[in-house]
Amino acid sequence: MLSAKLGVDQRHYKAYAKSVQPPKPWAKNGLRAFLVGGAICLIGQGLQDLFVHIFHFSEKAAGNPTVAVLIIFSVLLTGFGVYDVFAQWAGAGSAVPVTGFANAVASAALEHKSEGYIVGVGTNMFKVAGPVIVFGVVSAFVVGLIRYLFHVI
Amino acid sequence: MHVFTMYIMAFLVGGLICFVGQLLMDLTKLTPAHVMTILVVAGAVLDGLGLYDPLIKIAGAGATVPITSFGNSLVHGALIESQRDGLIGIITGIFEVTSAGISAAIIFGFLASLVFRARG
Repeated sequence: MLSAKLGVDQRHYKAYAKSVQPPKPWAKNGLRAFLVGGAICLIGQGLQDLFVHIFHFSEKAAGNPTVAVLIIFSVLLTGFGVYDVFAQWAGAGSAVPVTGFANAVASAALEHKSEGYIVGVGTNMFKVAGPVIVFGVVSAFVVGLIRYLFHVI
Repeated sequence: MHVFTMYIMAFLVGGLICFVGQLLMDLTKLTPAHVMTILVVAGAVLDGLGLYDPLIKIAGAGATVPITSFGNSLVHGALIESQRDGLIGIITGIFEVTSAGISAAIIFGFLASLVFRARG
């Protein structure tokens, strides 16, 4: 009896809580994500052009140093504690670019430094970024296999 | 393509992918980890359908900097090597193109943990 009564109360509470909760400002967050994400890609485009025109990389080969430089910047900003403050404002705008991936790796490494380099840093480095690699690789395998089979048949 | 147009497209397409990511976080119950995973898988599927390369051609870094490009690169490596080496190429080729990003993240992430301390 008691549990049934609690169930009703809980449902009422949930409905009430929802009614007074402020709606998520998705338009504002979305705009911020758009601006910051766009700006990071703009910087990436600038770096890529730099590698093509000044260091004479081919258009395709310039992608690697561009990503590496973005990652170094992101890791440094994470180390100085700037990236995470910035991420609070930018949301997905700072998480979705490759800089967000580097930030996830670096901040997990820093966070667990006190537990030691092997058990702390080594174990936890991919705590946040791991799912992206696991599901990326599995889906790439499936897609690759399908494409291969189409190619063979 | 004209340089200026390329920069505009990089900004617009890159911004749009992040905007979609933000909407998924705000309007659904998905966690950021779920959203990132979905974007990577989306990139892999788009490349499988042959749609990601045209996007890179139009948007440049707007398509190569977001995490969707990670999925695209994983598939690319697998396809290139499987065309050359057959079935085993799918396994050996997956990290072919993305190794720069993963290696750099590991190396600089580790170096950062030697130099910096956690904050907050």
